[in-house]
Amino acid sequence: MSNKIHPQHPDITVDMWEKIDETIAANRSKPGSVITVLRECQNVVNYLPVELIDYISQGLNLSSSDVFGVASFYSLFSFEPKGRHLIKVCMGTACYVKGIKEAIDRTCNTYQIKEGGTSEDRRFSLEAVRCLGACGLAPVAVVDQDIYGSISSSNILEILERYE
Amino acid sequence: MKKVRTQLMLCGGTGCHSTGTPAVREALEKEIEQQGLSEEVQVVETGCNGFCAVGPVMLVQPDGIFYQKLDPKDIPYLVEEHFLKGRPVKKFFYKEPDSKETIPGMNDIPFFAHQQLRVMRNKGLIDPEVIDDYIARDGYFGAAKALQEMTPEQIVEEVKTSQIRGRGGAGFPTGIKWEFASKSPGDVKYVLCNADEGDPGAFMDRSILEADPHAVVEGMIIAARAINAHKGYIYARTEYPLAIRRLNIAITQAKEYGLLGKDILGTGFDFEIEIYEGAGAFVCGEETALMRSIEGKRGMPRPRPPFPAHKGLWEKPTILNNVETLANIPQIILNGGSWYASVGTETSKGTKVFALSGDIYNIGLLEVPMGISLRTVIYDIGGGIPKKKKFKAVQLGGPSGGCIPEQHLDTPVDYEEITKVGAIMGSGGMIVMDENTCMVDMARFFMDFIQDESCGKCTPCREGTRRLLQILEKICDGKGEPSDLESLDKLSAIIKDSALCGLGLTAPNPVLSTLRYFRDEYEAHIYEKRCPAKRCAALLKFEVDPELCTKCGACFRHCPTEAVIWKKKEIAVIDKEKCIKCMTCFEKCKFGSIF
Ligand SMILES: Cc1cc2nc3c(=O)[nH]c(=O)nc-3n(C[C@H](O)[C@H](O)[C@H](O)COP(=O)(O)O)c2cc1C
Ligand code: FES
Repeated sequence: MSNKIHPQHPDITVDMWEKIDETIAANRSKPGSVITVLRECQNVVNYLPVELIDYISQGLNLSSSDVFGVASFYSLFSFEPKGRHLIKVCMGTACYVKGIKEAIDRTCNTYQIKEGGTSEDRRFSLEAVRCLGACGLAPVAVVDQDIYGSISSSNILEILERYE
Repeated sequence: MKKVRTQLMLCGGTGCHSTGTPAVREALEKEIEQQGLSEEVQVVETGCNGFCAVGPVMLVQPDGIFYQKLDPKDIPYLVEEHFLKGRPVKKFFYKEPDSKETIPGMNDIPFFAHQQLRVMRNKGLIDPEVIDDYIARDGYFGAAKALQEMTPEQIVEEVKTSQIRGRGGAGFPTGIKWEFASKSPGDVKYVLCNADEGDPGAFMDRSILEADPHAVVEGMIIAARAINAHKGYIYARTEYPLAIRRLNIAITQAKEYGLLGKDILGTGFDFEIEIYEGAGAFVCGEETALMRSIEGKRGMPRPRPPFPAHKGLWEKPTILNNVETLANIPQIILNGGSWYASVGTETSKGTKVFALSGDIYNIGLLEVPMGISLRTVIYDIGGGIPKKKKFKAVQLGGPSGGCIPEQHLDTPVDYEEITKVGAIMGSGGMIVMDENTCMVDMARFFMDFIQDESCGKCTPCREGTRRLLQILEKICDGKGEPSDLESLDKLSAIIKDSALCGLGLTAPNPVLSTLRYFRDEYEAHIYEKRCPAKRCAALLKFEVDPELCTKCGACFRHCPTEAVIWKKKEIAVIDKEKCIKCMTCFEKCKFGSIF
């Protein structure tokens, strides 16, 4: 659809570039749309490589540092590729009081992941989030789209083993 | 066609959803079909009912019978007994935890009986995705009245009469905020709704949005009319996909009905609403930061004045209100400000929604009149502390709040009274902690949160909170020194004095309130290198007390690293070489024999 030159990047396919161009074109004239564009581009690529940030800033006619500044401010955006499955563990108060720390430690130990990191084989990424708003089920973890309540250091591994 | 005689209001809130609503719904629909009841019995999926602790829950209307902990495999029996033969099934009634007595009627269950529903009046009673359901319960009547019969001045006056204060935390009188903005000169103004709900342990706004999204939309229309704005934004947390989806549906339906868009209800007034998704930054709940974020910038606060009512979003006069505040507005307009103010205390009127969680039986969402005591909320509505444990503290107000101990439990829910005992009303998170919670660790937890979320613009907050965290970590690690307590006090005072925005100004509160009420725990950590609640791993020996050990082997079976040595009828021993201090044995030991 476009004749623009796309930078080379191993994680971004031609189809993805097409979607990225569409997003930029749809938002170019809207003030304050950079967060929306970053979000949608991240949804397409799964993270934000430097080349993509540069490309977005040209498209929106902003400086790269402006766009990078915004992207680095919000915890939603990631500059590194994520694993096949995303584990979000809740570090909200209710979940903390009910003992999520032990479940997190167990996960980190077993899969050799750090909070905010990805396991070597890119099977899991682990993210600590602030209150998923499901405190009634505390402690809570979300794996991809599935929400699990009452997790503990003993049942978390059983749950995670279901995700290859 | 037969008339629908029974409606099954099945809770589709986040809590029940993940404990099994989809499967229960499928089973219900299948069974109703098979029994040939499809035309008489209808399943409606509602927003959060509030009683998340016993989900999935269902209310049978019009009988008012409440079923809890539903399991798909029991549904055929339930449908046959109740809806075919007319015999309600006792097995799924609510049971009192102590007396084991069953209570069939929802309004007789203590959890519901003490509540007074205003904001949440529609919860569990309407399908949030159907605008007609909302209208059938007087929805949009307030907006119609405001637009057709009232002048903007009268709207502001009515809200002032109600004396409602902002429910987002600070408790600023809403009517006065609106008055400032309405008097601000300018043709372009904005109405914003704060649905960022950043406080951990708080899910009130989420539930309101999921259960009754039209109430918020209606509140925004009225606010827009009051200050003459034509554009509104709802700043919503990205972690709340269901709430965002329901808001989108609500906005689309309101447009179709001519309640949003051009020439609303033929009054010539235009107003539209856009949803803006946040991107995960706690500080964006602060008003000036939120506006920056909508402008597509880094969400950093700026000093006030100028106040947003004069210079807000894109430098135009703007009002920002919390979800709960806005959801109250339609009824204030419809029933009058003095109706609203008839409930509550001298300075705090109306009702407040709380999200009760932590170490408590009845985890869930509740709405109570202002002035009710914390004790009533925790013991009568919340049902008290499970596992016969002792109450230690209740945490109010999120990371900027404080912990209230036993001796102040008779404090009424009131902005001023709660501040007096060292916490804040906050947005409504209420987290109960039992004796097994370490208060130093709790302070560390909150400081970790704040330090992480500090935007970095002002030095006291950026550096000060990091320093506070380091000291707290040191104490939890068993390396605390006597001078640390003094440093905590002093540093807290400086941050409170000099930070730029609400985040920093309140950041030391968790430290100050725990120091005030639980100084002995700090001292035990520092002087005796002991954690009284047995939560700080570094201060635990990981040894077994032979006096208390019942030789049950639970620790042995659960230890992930085979560090526990145990044989039948023998006392367990922990091999410190293999132990990774994961705390699993602590959790599993019911007798507190590991120390
Ligand atoms: C750090 C910080 C975080 C905040 N987070 C929220 C929030 O998540 N939700 C909210 O409604 N208000 C939040 N507030 C309060 C808002 O700044 C603002 O006072 C409120 O939204 C105004 O609405 P109200 O008057 O209806 O309460 C926060 C304030 C600060 C300082
Ligand atoms: S604190 Fe974990 S869901 Fe709220």
